[in-house]
Amino acid sequence: MVLNIGPQHPSTHGVLRLEVMTDGEIVSKITPHLGYLHRCFEKHAENVTYEQVIPFTDRCDYLASMNSNFGYVVAMEDLMEIEVSERVQYIRVIMAELNRIASHLLALGVYGLDIGAFTPFLYMLRDRERILDMFEYTCGARLLYNYMWIGGVSHDLPKDFEKICFEFLDYFEPQIEEYNNLLTYNKIFIERTADVGVIPADIAISYGVSGPNLRGSGVNWDVRKDEPYSIYDRFEFDIPTGTGEFGTLGDCFDRYWVRMLEISQSAKIIRQALKDLPGGDVFETMPKKIRPPKGSIYRRTESPRGDLGYYIMSDGTPSPSRVKMRSPAFTALSCLDEVSSGWMISDVLAILGSLDIVLGEIDR
Amino acid sequence: MTVDFLIDLFSKFIDVPVVAFLLAVTIAGIPLFVLMALNATVAVYVERKVSAFMMDRIGPMGQGPGLHAGKWGVLQTIADALKLLIKEDTVPASADKLLFKMAPFIIFIGAFLGIAALPFSSVIQVVDFNVGVFYIIAVASVGVIGIVMAGWASNNKWSLYGAMRSAAQIISYEIPAGLSIIVPIMMAGTMNLQSLIEFQTGSVWGILPNWIIFNNPFSFLAFFIFFISAVAETNRTPFDIPEAESELVAGWMTEYSGFRWAVFFLSEYANMFVVSGLAATAFLGGWQSPIPGLFNSPLWGLFWFLGKIIFLIFVMMWFRWTFPRLRVDQLMHVCWKVFIPIAMLNIFGVGIWKLIIG
Amino acid sequence: MTFNEVKEALSDQFPGSVIQNDDLPEGQIEINSENWLEVATFMKTDPKLSFDQLECITGVDTGDDGPLQSHYNFHSMEHRHKVEIVINHDRKEPKVASIEQVWRIGDWFERETFDMFGIVYEGHRDLRRILCPDDWEGWPLRKDYETQESFHGILVPKIKEEEGWE
Repeated sequence: MVLNIGPQHPSTHGVLRLEVMTDGEIVSKITPHLGYLHRCFEKHAENVTYEQVIPFTDRCDYLASMNSNFGYVVAMEDLMEIEVSERVQYIRVIMAELNRIASHLLALGVYGLDIGAFTPFLYMLRDRERILDMFEYTCGARLLYNYMWIGGVSHDLPKDFEKICFEFLDYFEPQIEEYNNLLTYNKIFIERTADVGVIPADIAISYGVSGPNLRGSGVNWDVRKDEPYSIYDRFEFDIPTGTGEFGTLGDCFDRYWVRMLEISQSAKIIRQALKDLPGGDVFETMPKKIRPPKGSIYRRTESPRGDLGYYIMSDGTPSPSRVKMRSPAFTALSCLDEVSSGWMISDVLAILGSLDIVLGEIDR
Repeated sequence: MTVDFLIDLFSKFIDVPVVAFLLAVTIAGIPLFVLMALNATVAVYVERKVSAFMMDRIGPMGQGPGLHAGKWGVLQTIADALKLLIKEDTVPASADKLLFKMAPFIIFIGAFLGIAALPFSSVIQVVDFNVGVFYIIAVASVGVIGIVMAGWASNNKWSLYGAMRSAAQIISYEIPAGLSIIVPIMMAGTMNLQSLIEFQTGSVWGILPNWIIFNNPFSFLAFFIFFISAVAETNRTPFDIPEAESELVAGWMTEYSGFRWAVFFLSEYANMFVVSGLAATAFLGGWQSPIPGLFNSPLWGLFWFLGKIIFLIFVMMWFRWTFPRLRVDQLMHVCWKVFIPIAMLNIFGVGIWKLIIG
Repeated sequence: MTFNEVKEALSDQFPGSVIQNDDLPEGQIEINSENWLEVATFMKTDPKLSFDQLECITGVDTGDDGPLQSHYNFHSMEHRHKVEIVINHDRKEPKVASIEQVWRIGDWFERETFDMFGIVYEGHRDLRRILCPDDWEGWPLRKDYETQESFHGILVPKIKEEEGWE
């Protein structure tokens, strides 16, 4: 029997159509149909200048917009060999980690909603609102920031930002225990997610899965530690990996648990960055004209969904010749067919939620 | 009792016994219907407010007195009901029209018949059946027919699928519910609801009321098995796979809109009312007051009974907003491999307890 | 291993495949498309190279009458070295062997490059468009791409030089 899930879900993955072939209750094959949200990002990027590409990158992964910007800007600065000032580096790390927390909160809340727990979604969104308020205070936007520019950032941190941020972190870190009590240690939740949708490590690497999905399968790989960019090598933080303690290694619960643990690690990084934040001018290292030398570069950074890579090719003109965004959710979705064959239809939703996809990034 | 009383009253005036009977039954049915409607109205509002407070928001507020939904949003349900009544009545073109239209009413009938037997107070009860408990359990199964009809008549393979699952779930969970309700019957020796309540007069050790739940550990356990099975029978979370299937694809209610959907929802809340009423009667002492000896008049009885039902409905709502939902096979596993053995153990346990301790 | 060692290992094993091209920057190797599948399998299975992660496949249109290119970025989790392979395709009939059996992510990456550039990956089990609708005409990311006039009856808008959108 062929079942059609999509293109619209009640849960906010985006517009995705899954054509599921079932044999009674058990799924035998899934064919994802993409392209509903394809907005020709790469074609647009060839027609605008380098700095004008940055708002386009926001709109690809709209839940982790700072990290999308960050990836592009790091790649460009490597291509043009620009050193940015210290203050800019620290501000960028703070913003990226705050956005990582916000993105993970949404991912976890929506996952609870898929499984049927309605309340943790609202608690996590309430806390995410506080982060979005901080972003709005800094750059005026709640979701699509256009904040990180080549060589600097668009606005300096406003007055009292450090104080507000510290207050938020002091309020937020005990909340994580509340989420755990409500959702993580709940026996029904564990039954729905443990042992379901196991991705073995070698299959994960072959499918290009990265980020929390790969770490949930036990592979200790984080671009921030293994190919460090910006100033991540100055901070002390752990890389949580899945341990399979509630089920098998690499099941949905491990991926969920890795994201939950990463939130506290990000909070740790933010605290360290805020403590050492230097003064200075954020606009001093921004180049007047952006004309990178002829050449190409592929650089990846760690977005909340995994390895976000940008392949930028320049031919000496102010406008790029080719920009390709290698999105982590694209690779995560590609393994859905293999991982979910043999499970029931309710499990397919559980697995899809645990992969944390954002269609804007997949379709670009 | 009420119906008997009314029949006697009307037979004095009207010679034809059938007319007297019909008149009495209709007049006795009207307050029931009003009660069902009121219950749905209040329950929907309470659910929205309770869920809002549990989720750290405030729910419908209506923006102040005099505006469209009153202060605190109390008129919100009435506004919603009016909206549902004026919606377009769509019937899918390829649906089975007769069954499609009949299905909501069959479910409604199942719930309505159940309320007829509940003892609201020592004098307020529509009919006092000698086999009250048996009657309520039997009538609760009528709803399953309506659900399957709704799923089939929608001509949508996913509605059918959801309806089948719901039917399987309800039928399976009737077994532990029925087995658990045998425990109070064994202890009181009667199926009559009023006698069940009268069995629970008095107090244990002077402070606890002599309710069946406090009598012995097996009946304590039986209450929980009965209550959880009742939640499963009414298709509420954590057992709402048939309804939540509507998150993925269609559910058995999809093709219904407007007033027919309102009837489904009315019946769901009425079902909750009935099973809470049965739980309160059989295990929690019905219209008996929780403080033994005090507040024991018929009017107070009504208050205590409704209070217990409201408390149990609140607990059901609490469950819905706290727990995620079980998958279908886990649901069946819990029913057949966990609840039924425990329920049977309870029966043996109570029997042995009564034998030894009396 | 450093980049030069990787290049030497490949040229030792497959003498004809590595094309000497001094225009390419450090880190990129140009490979002949003839026995690409064997080269790729060797890169994955050889214990000294062990490139088990295919990071990205990018299609590039070098403009005017130049060739189409596929750029493959590889990374090894074990040895932590990277390499980028460049394969040039003839513009009229771009094709190359598919490596989707070696790295499973090649499946979707190659479909995307096919969708955008029209490069045919031979041996791919299910090569069809992934982002555009299945009956779309043309290869969107090529520099000489002209949008089709209409799609299922919907007119596709074009930008006129001075007047803006039509």
